[in-house]
Amino acid sequence: MKNRTIYVIGFAVIALLVVGALAYGAANGSEFGGSDDAGGDIIADENGGSYTPWTHGIWGGYELPSETESFLFALQAAIGAVIIGFFIGYTYARNKFRVGDKEEIAAEKSE
Amino acid sequence: MHIMEGYLPWQWCLVWFCVAIPFMYFGARKVIQIIREHPDQKILVALSGAFIFLLSSLKMPSVTGSSSHPTGTGLSVVLYGISCTAFLSTIVLIFQALLLAHGGLTTLGANCVSMGIIGPAVGLLVWMLLRRANASIPVSMFFTAAIADLMTYVVTAIELTVCYHSSGYVSAFVDFMTTYAVTQIPLSIIEGILFAMFAKYLLNSRPEVFKIAEDRQNAGLKKSGKEESA
Repeated sequence: MKNRTIYVIGFAVIALLVVGALAYGAANGSEFGGSDDAGGDIIADENGGSYTPWTHGIWGGYELPSETESFLFALQAAIGAVIIGFFIGYTYARNKFRVGDKEEIAAEKSE
Repeated sequence: MHIMEGYLPWQWCLVWFCVAIPFMYFGARKVIQIIREHPDQKILVALSGAFIFLLSSLKMPSVTGSSSHPTGTGLSVVLYGISCTAFLSTIVLIFQALLLAHGGLTTLGANCVSMGIIGPAVGLLVWMLLRRANASIPVSMFFTAAIADLMTYVVTAIELTVCYHSSGYVSAFVDFMTTYAVTQIPLSIIEGILFAMFAKYLLNSRPEVFKIAEDRQNAGLKKSGKEESA
């Protein structure tokens, strides 16, 4: 199977799984609470009914506005994506110019 | 998936820090050593970290009233081993704990043990077994990434069960697993497919990468074998 076909099938399956999971979630009333929050509720249950965290960390009780939180999550994704993109571009250029060098050498030899 | 600030008793925070710190320390040393001795590997180390950064920022809502995200540790553990993965995961965990209030500084040790040490370690074991059984690199990478991801959540559930189990260990573990691990199954499959495709890409464009990684793993195995026999 060609590489391009494998990538197309791979991304299609990923897209289907993501859309499927989101659709299933939407149909069953899923929440975007974060497994941290859901985990917190179970900790309370398993601790005999209630649990108060013994520290709220360096930010105290302050919670980021959701827009800022989304921005920071996007920033985190962007840092990763930029590096991966750089690697793919770097590898592409490296392999392309290597092939170019070989062709040049072959051309010089034939001359 | 990360255990939140203040949600583990301080004694357990200490215990998990004691487990995680040696891995973080040796991981940092190993990363510096790799970059100094093999500058051409610098970009691959950055790439391994970049996958952890990217994938652990992609949150998906789920029906158990929670959300979860992939971990992205599969590539890193195959290429550079457990300690490097622990170090790279710690950078991501600190970023999330400080800026996103996701996870926490007191629970950093516990989160590092699940996401950076035990999850990837099981993934690496699966990789080695599959490679011994002559499975192809993309197939081995699929299972490595998916299992490293899934095990991260299983370990998180175990860490919490050890501390909170008023309904009994088994029932508490099942409760935590339902929240943490079950929602993770589709995500781990997605992560597996993504890494399998990237392994295929690496195999075509930089085939030497996996050879170097497997030579390093075999050298590590031989070294530990010699130490045992001595």
